[in-house]
Amino acid sequence: MTQLPARKPEGQEVKFGLVIDLDTCVGCHACAVNCKEWNTGGHSAPLPDNDPYGTDPNGVWFNRIHTFEAGEGTDSRTVHFPRSCLHCEDAACVTVCPTGASYKREADGIVLVNEDVCIGCKLCSWACPYGAREYDTDAGVMKKCTLCIDRIYNENIPEDERVPACVSTCPASARHFGDLGDPNSGVSQLVADRGGYELMPEMGYKPVNRYLPPRATKKNQCTSGVGAALSRVATEDTPGSAVGSGKFLRWVDRALSR
Amino acid sequence: MHPAYSVIFFTTASGAGYGLITMMALFGVLNGVKLDPWFGAIGFGLGTVLITGGLLSSTAHLGHPERAWRALSQWKSSWLSREGVLAVATYVPLALTAWSWIVEGSLEGPFGLFAVALALLCVLTVHATAMIYATLRTISAWHNKRTVPVYLSFALLTGSVWFHALAQVFGYQTPVQAAIVAIGLLLVMFLKRSYWRTIDLTPGASTPESATGLGNIGKVRLLDNPTMTETFVQREMGFSIARRHSLKLRRLAFLGYCAIPFALTLLTSQAAPAVAVPGTLAAAICVSFGVVIERWLFFAEAKHVSMLYYGAQSS
Repeated sequence: MTQLPARKPEGQEVKFGLVIDLDTCVGCHACAVNCKEWNTGGHSAPLPDNDPYGTDPNGVWFNRIHTFEAGEGTDSRTVHFPRSCLHCEDAACVTVCPTGASYKREADGIVLVNEDVCIGCKLCSWACPYGAREYDTDAGVMKKCTLCIDRIYNENIPEDERVPACVSTCPASARHFGDLGDPNSGVSQLVADRGGYELMPEMGYKPVNRYLPPRATKKNQCTSGVGAALSRVATEDTPGSAVGSGKFLRWVDRALSR
Repeated sequence: MHPAYSVIFFTTASGAGYGLITMMALFGVLNGVKLDPWFGAIGFGLGTVLITGGLLSSTAHLGHPERAWRALSQWKSSWLSREGVLAVATYVPLALTAWSWIVEGSLEGPFGLFAVALALLCVLTVHATAMIYATLRTISAWHNKRTVPVYLSFALLTGSVWFHALAQVFGYQTPVQAAIVAIGLLLVMFLKRSYWRTIDLTPGASTPESATGLGNIGKVRLLDNPTMTETFVQREMGFSIARRHSLKLRRLAFLGYCAIPFALTLLTSQAAPAVAVPGTLAAAICVSFGVVIERWLFFAEAKHVSMLYYGAQSS
């Protein structure tokens, strides 16, 4: 049924999702690679790989890593930005589906596609603002992140591995999985502590996943090494040197800086 | 948005078909035209071919056309499903009205109710088609108050211009038919102009800053794409057209769906059949060509918000 499940009171609803730390993500793409590796044998298997060794390799990936630059000059930041399904609370990809193939689970809020019912009309991918859905040209159906539904409940793997493949593989621990509907969960605490935010809130689809902003860059961080030594020379009289040499050096510094 | 030819053909053909059938039904029930069985057969026949051809072509872009029947199930939430249900439901009063006209030769009493139901379902089907686009918040050009009126007025125009041409062929033309064509032309002229002005002047609310949440650092720009080749999302949603081409095509579309048919209808509709028949048929063909270009632009000019993740600076 493509109608969204009935809402429960705030705090009683399980909302499984990811929290992605843009401060620590190093843009290594390991999460995307492990996602592809797991999921090409998992719930939505196989994921197509067309022309893998040719000039136009393409196929379905649930997770894509973009790199952005924000700000200008010395204040700018390079931010690696993993992007996958955000398992929205008001998921338009679910309500536009004409067949009932696209659905949101009542138990944990995970958005999935029933591939036996999907007609491959692609309207759900048009409705998703995050570009999270990718069409499988081989199977003729839409595919998307399952939040590794076949890992998180999987009793055949060790308990500490029952997290999405992207989370388990991240070498920088930039990805966290948990229940964002529970204000006391680890991920909710992380969001509260770090000011986690949602993407494109103006769209109104209430994504569950949260992003943690890059921490502010600290200015004048030269407390040791050559930089620190030089900056001190330019601003104060060095003990043991002639009185006034500091002033002279400051004048040289100013003259050269012009 | 990538302009899929199957969807362009579908909306153009089915819009014309539903418009033509609506004209047949309304003129028939209001005694605006003689209930000649041949005229009925050709009019409803052409309308049925147009809507059926359109619906079949729309299944051509599906990954699983054999499962298309499943699309009738989610009418509670999905406009695409509602469109499917309404399109299928329309065949019932279509068959009954055509039978009343062609076999019974009457659209009085209960036969008239079939025709009214038919006209209503035709309008609702085109409305549902337009709502599929108008409800997509991700595409600001379509999520626009003008999308539904534009679709409805194009169906009225293409339907009435083909109806008028057919009436000319059979010698049943009236000034009212030409007047409705003129109303359609004027509506389309103003509404489509207004649509283009709106999409030119009002970009979507989302920006690279809101898409990434990095706006507090400064202006956000893409440094590296996830892949060296295009992903599905880029192929489907990333189609873009140079602005100078789109302006040329807008002018060409306007000539086709408005200016030339306006002149042809004005000059030939009251003339002798030897002039009126080719003149109004040319007007109808001209409108349909214009609408194909207009529909192609409707897709090609529409920007999808997900492209903000792939380097677009506005939505």
